[in-house]
Amino acid sequence: MALHLFGLIVAAAVLIPVGYLVFRAASGGEAAIRYLFSGRVMAIIGNTVVLVGAVVGAATVLAVLFAWLTTRTDVPFRRAWLILGLLPLVIPSYIGAMTFAAAFGAKGYLQQMLLPLGVERLPSIYGFFGAWLVITLFTYPYVALPLRAALLNTDPALEESGRSMGLSAFATFRRVTFPQLRPALGVGMILAALYTLSDFGAVAIMQYDSFTRVIFVQYTSSFNRGIAATLSLVLVVFAFGLIFLERRIASQKKNYRAGVGACRKHRVVALRGWKVPALLFCGGLVCLGVGVPGMVLAAWLAEGAAAGVTLPLLDGALLNTVTVSGAAALVVGVVALPMALLAVRSNGRWGRWIVQITFLGHGLPGLVIALALVFVAANALPALYQTLPILIFGYGVRFLPLSIGATRSALTQINPRLGDASRSLGLSAWQTTRRVTLPLMRAGVLGGMALVFLNTMKELPTTLMLSPTGFRTLTTHLWTAQTNGDWALAAAPALVIVAVSALSLVFILRDGAGNH
Amino acid sequence: MALAVLLTTLGAAGFTATARASEETLTLYSGRNEKLMSPILEEFTKDTGIKLAIRYGDTAEMAATILEEGDNSPADVFLAQDAGALGALAAEERLTVIPDTLLERVPAEFQSPDGVWVGVSGRARVLAYNTKALKADQLPTSILDLVKPEYKGRVAWAPTNASLQSQVTALRVLLGEEKTAEWLKGMVANETKVYSGNVPMVKDVADGVVEMAITNHYYIWQLRATTPDTAVAAAFFPKGDPGALVNVAGAGILTTSKKRETAAKLIDYLLSEKAQKYFAETTFEYPLIEGVALADGLTPLADLEMPEIDLSDLADLRGTLALLQETGVLP
Repeated sequence: MALHLFGLIVAAAVLIPVGYLVFRAASGGEAAIRYLFSGRVMAIIGNTVVLVGAVVGAATVLAVLFAWLTTRTDVPFRRAWLILGLLPLVIPSYIGAMTFAAAFGAKGYLQQMLLPLGVERLPSIYGFFGAWLVITLFTYPYVALPLRAALLNTDPALEESGRSMGLSAFATFRRVTFPQLRPALGVGMILAALYTLSDFGAVAIMQYDSFTRVIFVQYTSSFNRGIAATLSLVLVVFAFGLIFLERRIASQKKNYRAGVGACRKHRVVALRGWKVPALLFCGGLVCLGVGVPGMVLAAWLAEGAAAGVTLPLLDGALLNTVTVSGAAALVVGVVALPMALLAVRSNGRWGRWIVQITFLGHGLPGLVIALALVFVAANALPALYQTLPILIFGYGVRFLPLSIGATRSALTQINPRLGDASRSLGLSAWQTTRRVTLPLMRAGVLGGMALVFLNTMKELPTTLMLSPTGFRTLTTHLWTAQTNGDWALAAAPALVIVAVSALSLVFILRDGAGNH
Repeated sequence: MALAVLLTTLGAAGFTATARASEETLTLYSGRNEKLMSPILEEFTKDTGIKLAIRYGDTAEMAATILEEGDNSPADVFLAQDAGALGALAAEERLTVIPDTLLERVPAEFQSPDGVWVGVSGRARVLAYNTKALKADQLPTSILDLVKPEYKGRVAWAPTNASLQSQVTALRVLLGEEKTAEWLKGMVANETKVYSGNVPMVKDVADGVVEMAITNHYYIWQLRATTPDTAVAAAFFPKGDPGALVNVAGAGILTTSKKRETAAKLIDYLLSEKAQKYFAETTFEYPLIEGVALADGLTPLADLEMPEIDLSDLADLRGTLALLQETGVLP
């Protein structure tokens, strides 16, 4: 009951921006409604649906292959591929899009390299193709991360029984392994879908007219808050639809081991003749997702150094960024724990729905949430406006689902009978949570917190609009440099963001592996 | 427990920052970017002893923020990149009257008629062109000519940028809705290349990716300052052409500011010879007070002769946006 109450409070807090949107949309009146049903808006909805579908489809295929290769097979340099392949997670999609435009655009690096071969013009990277490519490359790790955890945590005995009963390797995967991966897959796919729905940087740079781009244009160039809010509400409906779909992907079947005792290690699948294609796949993925941004950023840095650009001192900004991201990860991680418990352990469907609602925040563009909190804080909580608690709250609304998702999928893999046993041995509910459940879900909780940390580090609109005046972070440096077209100055904070986030990624992966 | 301690510390840090700010500092919302503004703003603090708490952001986003903050806006002064955003705030009665002694220094056409905002520097709308691909006499003589078939696929613009939107608003004022819509449709049909910002656009003109671009003059001067042998030049639209707009970056004091007198001191400083010289020499914009020399090669303002237009009429961004969407320029 206490869990439900807590969940309700959190859900209500996350819904504050949605309440603001309703308030604003109501002020848009008839004009907003007429606009909503115009052919143009229908076209934008179509564009968005196509993009989300294409990104989630491609990201899922990439993630399944990648997660399976790096957890279950003898692909050479497995650990290196794992880390490099998850690295796009720490690269903001707007940096990804900037670097892809620089590499593959007109007069870009690739074209200049091909010039001696007589290539004068490359097919355009702009439009649907560029947006799809960039967002897919920078979201597939959201699917791969929970999948990997699920693949590591499934009991090999189940698959072995499948094989021993005469199922082929493929049939075993389909009928035994895959059902166990469904919750992880559901979480990953919904995160990728919501990311695509709310991402602005990549679609803006690639000039693809999805919902966010139109909302941003409405908000920023016309001060037409009524219409922008109406469009955002459509986005909320979309996100809601996706969240509903997710429940169908992640079936509520039990997902934990029935047996007792330690779990054996999975048998490593020998790739044999498939080694070369597997290497090509991993290599290609890493080249595009890490190589291209890395090389372009390095080139910008080198060009800047050659031109004598003095790089900014990032010490204050780095400290600010790490502190605020760490605080956000901690706060969100602590809030996500009871939410995940509520999602998995509560009997009624109310608990699950309360948790599902909190996923809405991830489907709204950062600017919309930031503006909503500007309005609410400035008018209702002026003492807190432009202070760190509001900033962290803003990050929380955006990124709580990342933390809940990871924690929840870890929780579905724990047999509740362990808890029952603990209770029957006389431990209280709290003691059971602390001494039995928490240690088992440590990797999931930390993984979720790491995701919040990484995303806070790279979040732009929330940081710009809600942080205390004069509070410098790496993203504000990056944003300033980028608006000036100072690529050398943009490259420095971008590389620091990637480096710091990458460190936490290595730490999290090591910790997760330690449990097995 | 750790969480409670953390929250309290963070909260306290936030509170003390606000408390300090209300004692002795002026809060400035700058829609102009930090790199250009911070040197002169630091000089202001050095010269006057008045401290500044500055939020940097995009002009339109900053204006939207001020509207959302309403009566509780911590901002004292708003510094904007174009007259349109200032006009939009003025229309919602967010800006208060600036002292006459300051307004007197700037020509009437570069301030609002009711004195609630004043231009601080001028920026001319020009056609940037690649000097290797084109000679000056091959250029169109009117912005309206860009829809002609011979310019198909050779021109670029940045329709999400406030400066271009102000220019379209000016066309609406000068030519009316229908003719402007016709021109915009013509530009789309002529495969005008879309950019998200002026800096990369002007750089692409210099690199020959695209031959011409409608932009602000100083982007070309700034690129030349860093890369002297760059192949880009500015063509000013001829006298009286509807494209020959001179817009301003300007400032206004918020109605809700409790430090209007101190705020006026900041605007006074921005209109001082020192600051105006800074704008002329460092950002290559037009100084708006008398007696400050222009950057090399810049056509004097007096020779530009704007079309008959009042910058305060550029506030109707909403109408412009609707037209840009109707004509398919913007999503």
